[in-house]
Amino acid sequence: MTLPASEIHTGFWAAAAMITAVVVTSTIGEVLIAAAMKSIGDLDEIRTHSGLKGAIRAVLTCPLFFAGVSFLAISFFSLLFALNHLNLSLAGPATASLTLVTNAIAGKFFLKENVDRRRWTAAILVCIGVYFLAH
Amino acid sequence: MAHQTLTARQYMVLGLVSVCAPLGDSCLSRGMASLPAISITHPVSLIAAVFTPWIGLGIALLIGFFASYLTALSFADLTYVLPASAFGNVIIELLSRFWLHETISLERWFGVLLITVGVGFVAQGPATTERVEINASGMIEGQEAQLQ
Repeated sequence: MTLPASEIHTGFWAAAAMITAVVVTSTIGEVLIAAAMKSIGDLDEIRTHSGLKGAIRAVLTCPLFFAGVSFLAISFFSLLFALNHLNLSLAGPATASLTLVTNAIAGKFFLKENVDRRRWTAAILVCIGVYFLAH
Repeated sequence: MAHQTLTARQYMVLGLVSVCAPLGDSCLSRGMASLPAISITHPVSLIAAVFTPWIGLGIALLIGFFASYLTALSFADLTYVLPASAFGNVIIELLSRFWLHETISLERWFGVLLITVGVGFVAQGPATTERVEINASGMIEGQEAQLQ
């Protein structure tokens, strides 16, 4: 008889690797999508000039957007895999809060966003808040 | 440096980001809970679930979330939009407390408070990072005109 996956003891490093995979792929996906939307420009303005079809075309013809969506899809399946081995009470808050912090770091270094003290404070407060909500 | 503020329409888009995701998740959760257990050996049952009213509504709301999220990212920084989208967790807690009459622990109220303060912090700052354009002569855009 085989045990269900959730019953098998998962070691610390295996759990850390699963959570890291979710956080890294999610961060790459979010950054790529943010970069894609920045390169496209304000969608409201595009819609005013070219209509809804023009706005949809602008998004769907951007390669960065599809790269971002692909990474988000990998992140989703990584989360499903993690949930198959870890408790939701660990995987949920850990991935949600760590993603906020890694996105702030990636936003600063890759998107060259001005992540000032105010934004760092907000990211850390929201991160701790998500942790408390999940418990 | 000019402090760029968002228009009412842009705040509405951020509001949709916060509201659509938790409502969509709640509809999916309610829809899946009302269905009999789906075995992994019968994945076709999952496709049938998509056409039930709650799941359908949930998917429509999540499509609305993704559309408004993309729109928000086109006019605001990622580090501005993400805390705003985390405010959806607060909305879920408030819905649980006042609509479903669930008991919320003190720890969760503390979490709600922290997220609200965090979102308040980031909302008071500029939504986008101002890019300084440097032209071929090495001058900041606008500086050259002032010198002439």
